[in-house]
Amino acid sequence: MGDIAQSVADERIKEEPFLTRLMKRPELGALAGVVLVTIFFAITADSAMFTLSGILNFMTPAAQLGILAIGAAMLMIGGEFDLSIGSMVAFAGLFFGVCVVTWGLPLIVSIPLTFIFAAGVGAINGTIVIRSGLPSFIVTLAFLFILRGLSLVGLKIATGGSTQLRGVRDAIEGDPLAPFFSGDAFSGLFLKLAELGIIDSFKNGSPKVSGLPVEILWYIAIALIATYILLRTSIGNWIFATGGDSNAASNSGVPVKKVKVALFMVTACCAAMVAIITVMDTGSTDSRRGFMKEFEAIIAAVIGGCLLTGGYGSAIGAFFGSVIFGMVVIGLTYTDFDQDWFQVFLGAMLLIAVLFNNAIRKRVTGER
Amino acid sequence: MSDQSVKPIVEMKNIEKHFGNIIALAGVSFNINPGECHCLLGDNGAGKSTFIKTMSGVHKPTKGEIFFEGKPMSFNSPRDSMEAGIATVFQDLAMIPLMSVTRNFFMGREPTKGKGIFKRFDIDFANSVCMEEMRKMGINLRGPDQAVGTLSGGERQTVAIARAVYFGAKVLILDEPTSALGVRQTSNVLATIDKVRNQGIGVVFISHNVRHALAVGDRFTVLNRGKTLGTAQRGEITPEELQDMMAGGQQLASLEGSLGGTV
Ligand SMILES: Nc1ncnc2c1ncn2[C@@H]1O[C@H](COP(=O)(O)OP(=O)(O)OP(=O)(O)O)[C@@H](O)[C@H]1O
Ligand SMILES: [Mg+2]
Repeated sequence: MGDIAQSVADERIKEEPFLTRLMKRPELGALAGVVLVTIFFAITADSAMFTLSGILNFMTPAAQLGILAIGAAMLMIGGEFDLSIGSMVAFAGLFFGVCVVTWGLPLIVSIPLTFIFAAGVGAINGTIVIRSGLPSFIVTLAFLFILRGLSLVGLKIATGGSTQLRGVRDAIEGDPLAPFFSGDAFSGLFLKLAELGIIDSFKNGSPKVSGLPVEILWYIAIALIATYILLRTSIGNWIFATGGDSNAASNSGVPVKKVKVALFMVTACCAAMVAIITVMDTGSTDSRRGFMKEFEAIIAAVIGGCLLTGGYGSAIGAFFGSVIFGMVVIGLTYTDFDQDWFQVFLGAMLLIAVLFNNAIRKRVTGER
Repeated sequence: MSDQSVKPIVEMKNIEKHFGNIIALAGVSFNINPGECHCLLGDNGAGKSTFIKTMSGVHKPTKGEIFFEGKPMSFNSPRDSMEAGIATVFQDLAMIPLMSVTRNFFMGREPTKGKGIFKRFDIDFANSVCMEEMRKMGINLRGPDQAVGTLSGGERQTVAIARAVYFGAKVLILDEPTSALGVRQTSNVLATIDKVRNQGIGVVFISHNVRHALAVGDRFTVLNRGKTLGTAQRGEITPEELQDMMAGGQQLASLEGSLGGTV
């Protein structure tokens, strides 16, 4: 803020400690969670967890969930839910698989087509919610089943009876776009670092970690772009306003309906992104892709500081929320604990996060 | 200010608004000239808020015509009417408690800097304008990043008024803007109405307070149960007559007697 803000000293303001100011940021809870979980695993887990390869091990699932969670967070800030994103991963995966394998289209066509297709489904979701005035919870719950079912039926039609579509890897072999969506990035750099002895290498000199999985780069890029949009653009202001009070926002000139439909489209595109990355990575797609991911994404968004009532939250928070997720899922395999503690952990995290967010919201709104 | 040579900025003819089977407005005609303050008065539930909402694009009238600067106009959304230069302080203020004062102030009309994909919300500029405009209204904000939810009722109302004054290029609609304000802030708002009127802006002012209305009004239109009881020029009507009309035509005299003339 400029000098105008400071020029009139107000005797009714207490100096606000840095810590309280920090407390008001929505992503603080998730950041604190990352620290706590790190400390927990630093004590209980095998030290291999925090080597470079161990970190990439948990960042990869974190990235796949995080891309979904950032979309879900933006939609939640805008005041809506999308329970169909998990099924959307399977559905977009099917569409992408058919484009690449059945129709033999190159990636430069298949990828944009998949995004357009997903955005279309998102627009249908959003339009129904807006037109009917029903809670998005119920509309997208219907789509959770519809899209999952369509993925199953579609796969059987595409493959002649199987629920798995294979052959993606052969189909995209040599495609110039493939390295942007699958495999590792910066492998040259990693080789160099291994030669210099900065990162661990095998006996033959090749690095233990051959590069940075591309989904992690996408994940970071999407988190940064989403944060920029939310905090530094007009559209970001419209998203917060729409979720805060859609009637007041609309009366103030915010195109609330367009904002909401656009957010549903963005969320669906995030699901398509995850579908494309995972289908190319595994070389196949199946009907169980993205199963239960909608809940995990919403949990990550809530851990990241999103209020269930909308109008408050952050993309960076969702980023950290999914890091916590990845750390817990993978981290438990480095410990002596039974892996099934995972779900207990998750539920507890969610509960703590919601209680914490609730307290924060009361602070921000002055306990009214 | 109301001679016939002046063309009204907004002219509304026989506006009807039905909500299902409820008839909120049963044919109201009204116009607002540049540089005048037209007071809209009436009992609770008379239809004042509903009427101004048809003017600001929130409601589409069921029947009737709206002319903006002489041309037939149909606002499909508040955004349309804002772009035409109409700014409104709604009775419920239309503020988002979780958002900062600045973000509320510029909601829907954010100042930007940069070009193309680097076009972004100019927060520093927005903050300084917001602080400045609030100080003009007699309120020193603690900071532009304070959440509106933590403001007092009157402070909140002042933000809404300052916002409308800042953006009201041609018409400023104020729906009971002074209901929560202190003495100093109320006289500030009345002075502001006078100031923007002198700049040629048309002001629609809704109030239940006869003294406030008479202090700034050039014309007075009284609504009762969705219909106009009539429009009076300044000086043509006594405060007592106006008071009686506002109460729906019923005599307040007996009540006033028992309250010792305090109403
Ligand atoms: N969305 C709506 N649905 C149904 N009825 C409505 C709606 N909005 C207003 N009404 C009705 O229309 C009538 C006029 O309401 P309005 O809010 O315009 O009154 P008002 O003159 O502004 O009153 P007040 O002085 O109390 O603010 C009321 O009887 C109200 O119940
Ligand atoms: Mg009203």
